[in-house]
Amino acid sequence: MTLSGDIALALPQLILAGSALVLLIWGAYQGKTSALFTFAAVAALAAAAIAAAVAPVGRAFGGALISDEGAAFAQVAIFAASAVAIPLTDRWLAQRGDQHFELAVLIILAALGMSIMVAAGDLISLYIGIELHSLALYILAAFRRDDAKSSEAGLKYFVLGALSSGLLLYGASLIYGFVGSVRFTDIAAATHGGVGLGVIVGLVFVICGIAFKVSAAPFHMWTPDVYEGAPTPIVGFFAGAPKLAAMALLARLLTVGFPGAIDQWRQILIIAALLSVFVGSFAGLAQSNLKRLWAYSSIANIGYALVGLAAGGTAGVQSMLIFMVLYTIDVTGFFACLAALQRDGRPMERFSDFAGLMKERPGLALAITAFSLSALGLPPFSGFWAKFYVFKAALASGPLTTWAAVIALLGSVVAAFYYLRLIKVMWLDPTPGAVDRPAGGAVAVTIAYASALFAIPVVMFVLIKLDPIATLAAAAFVGR
Amino acid sequence: MVGILSLLTFLPLVGVAAILALKAFAPADPRGPSAARWIALATTLAVFALSIVLVANFDIANPGFQFVEDAPWFAGLHYRMGVDGISILFVLLTAFLLPLCILASWKTIQDRVLEYMIAFLVLEALVIGVFCALDLILFYLFFEGQLIPMFLIIGIWGGQRRVYAAFKFFLYTLLGSVLMLAAILAMISIAGTSSIPALMAYRFDPAVQTWLWLAFFASFAVKLPMWPVHTWLPDAHVEAPTAGSVILAGILLKMGGYGFLRFSLPMFPAASHLFTPLVFTLSVIAIVYTSLVAFRQLDFKKLIAYSSVAHMGFVTLGIFSGNLQGEQGAIFQMLSHGVISGALFLCVGVVYDRMHTREIAFYGGLANRMPWYAAVFMLFAMGNVGLPGTSGFVGEILTMTGTYSVSTWTTIVAATGVILSAVYMLTVYRRVVFGEITNTQLMTISDLGLREVVIFTPLIVATLALGLAPGLIFNVTGSATEHLVAAYNAVAR
Repeated sequence: MTLSGDIALALPQLILAGSALVLLIWGAYQGKTSALFTFAAVAALAAAAIAAAVAPVGRAFGGALISDEGAAFAQVAIFAASAVAIPLTDRWLAQRGDQHFELAVLIILAALGMSIMVAAGDLISLYIGIELHSLALYILAAFRRDDAKSSEAGLKYFVLGALSSGLLLYGASLIYGFVGSVRFTDIAAATHGGVGLGVIVGLVFVICGIAFKVSAAPFHMWTPDVYEGAPTPIVGFFAGAPKLAAMALLARLLTVGFPGAIDQWRQILIIAALLSVFVGSFAGLAQSNLKRLWAYSSIANIGYALVGLAAGGTAGVQSMLIFMVLYTIDVTGFFACLAALQRDGRPMERFSDFAGLMKERPGLALAITAFSLSALGLPPFSGFWAKFYVFKAALASGPLTTWAAVIALLGSVVAAFYYLRLIKVMWLDPTPGAVDRPAGGAVAVTIAYASALFAIPVVMFVLIKLDPIATLAAAAFVGR
Repeated sequence: MVGILSLLTFLPLVGVAAILALKAFAPADPRGPSAARWIALATTLAVFALSIVLVANFDIANPGFQFVEDAPWFAGLHYRMGVDGISILFVLLTAFLLPLCILASWKTIQDRVLEYMIAFLVLEALVIGVFCALDLILFYLFFEGQLIPMFLIIGIWGGQRRVYAAFKFFLYTLLGSVLMLAAILAMISIAGTSSIPALMAYRFDPAVQTWLWLAFFASFAVKLPMWPVHTWLPDAHVEAPTAGSVILAGILLKMGGYGFLRFSLPMFPAASHLFTPLVFTLSVIAIVYTSLVAFRQLDFKKLIAYSSVAHMGFVTLGIFSGNLQGEQGAIFQMLSHGVISGALFLCVGVVYDRMHTREIAFYGGLANRMPWYAAVFMLFAMGNVGLPGTSGFVGEILTMTGTYSVSTWTTIVAATGVILSAVYMLTVYRRVVFGEITNTQLMTISDLGLREVVIFTPLIVATLALGLAPGLIFNVTGSATEHLVAAYNAVAR
């Protein structure tokens, strides 16, 4: 492969890297952000998304970077979520007088890291992608540097994230040591006849490292604290795109790199999935802060996505991709709702803040209701369709995943209680006083309404198109 | 091209859109609530008119599905609608009861009227969808979707312990239907299709049937409800507003019975046959036990709620008897109970609206002040007891005839339920209506108003018409039921 060919394949990443540098210089020169600056950042992400959608299929840089339908699918979703996060967070920070141009640069760098993750063809680019996006996210979590909780969230995230990176690197080094190559296809060829214990141990470490990134139990401890402390719209970004990227990466790593060890990694995924559903459903019952609640909700939901991935094959990966895309839209909309609301100048985070919201802001209350029911997986909301795909794949895959799916479904009945509690608070309880109508909430409200309309009913029409595209992407991820 | 069934299902949503527009563009207009009531009434009446058109065009000789619409969706699913002789009358019942529900809420609901009307219209759309859906997932969407409006109806406009009742209703039903979802996905995975007509012809392995049957049973037994998973019902009924109780008892419970007829019997005949003793046992326990419980109730509404559970016991007996009398009787009993229990809840609502208590001991001697009410209540009490000439009689006698040929003992025990229902109904009737007025607060109570007469008239006509000319129903259900019974007996035995 020639260098120009490699560059053509890596165009989305190159666009992002170039624009991040340009924006950094522009921002440093200007010293502050502006509407044009934000627009340029969004335009860079849009350009990268278009480049990803039309990119040729192939392997660049000796197989380190893969450009195929799977990478393109995940990249478009990631860039879209990042593009939404920039104006949403920018407006939110502007209201608090805490705007900085670094925000757009960091989000673009995170998007770049994620796009490397979903395109990774070997353990080196896997690690580079994870580190690049993680470092950007650590700073984003601590973005309000004068806010103690935000700094604490960033620090916690960083310390625990560094630990998980260590685990991941250690695992990668074990795999390399036993196999002799970092490339996924070489690993698959070397482990074709049977997987040695050393490789399995390495794989377990790598999975643990990625499980941390997607906040699957038992590596979920950072999630509630970080969600609570980080700026609200940033949490919406955290909860969606990076998890989609890490799940897609996991899908490629496991199905391309370790097809011979499917029985081993399937067990690990199912244990993590069931633990996640269990922790997310039961621990969520005790929460009184909505951001923490949604952290547990996201833990439970990643459990369902892991069941889909554990099913394996094109159907399993397809279900996981659809799940993550629909979940990303839901969670973005939910945190946009939170970002749009405040009472007496304070952000609304506790259950009691939401009392009687249906009377004060019926539109946003309806949107939050839709996102809650969707996260619960009640039909016909988008979360139901996400789970529908996951369980369909799980049932087709065999008895082990079938039972995992049934147990996970029962877990959703437990989780139903806290979603209903939120709905009850908004619809049934008397309101304590006026919700503020802050200026500049228009972006957040627009995003919230658009996501809510997607959750019901648009999703039922979009899936007609999304279903075959996701199948194509999944086929690419599993290497067929 | 939109078919009549899609039109019926989604027409209520037009009313929802109109009320939402009202809320968005004139949020503070004092005439808003009144306009919302009229919009809801007009919409439900239009749906009722359309359902009459549907029944008029129905070919009663055809045992299969009619007015079928089919459009491919995604993931192998189809948007598939159709009705047969079993489901069409439930559509009619829904469309018949909804305008009455709106009228019954005309004065009593003064708080958040717009949301209330939206909840009822959404509920109507979903319930009609349940009876028309011919695709498993589509059915599940409608079946499960109605939890939300019902949760809000109980939770917002209910009584003292409304939050508890709403949560109990939601979580009980969700647990049951989650198991059904697992079974639905398993069926799609095994049979490779989600089409209900195709699955009715598909033969599942008997061992698999057992599991699938149990999963569906979990959902429908909670919904119907059967003893011992009936405990959500009294709470939900007592706390729900009057119209909520009417729709709950009149229609939502019937989805359980409909589910048995549509899924359990035709799709899992071997398992249905295997579990018949279990269903019979639970049914007679329900009939006898809940009748006794009903007798002991101090709360008027709770009594009717327990009576509903007992009457649903006859429905399950009839369905699982597996013969023509049983099935016909079960369908008839469901339709008749839809009318009578709805009317009884409205009877409770009439006195509750005036006195704001459901305590039976509070009342007494109402016949002196409310002769018309006494007469109307008498008719429906008799219907509930199963007096010949009312619709209640036909359903009970047929289900028992059907069961008799299968299990004599079951029928004998169940028959005591008829006596017990007479005991509790006549007792409550005597305590509420007869005697002298001892409670001075009742001295000023007024008889039925014009709006209440308008509500009760169609119910009286329906009760008597079905009781005197049951052929009206059997003509429609006949061919589809015969087909069902023939197919069931060919496989199950």
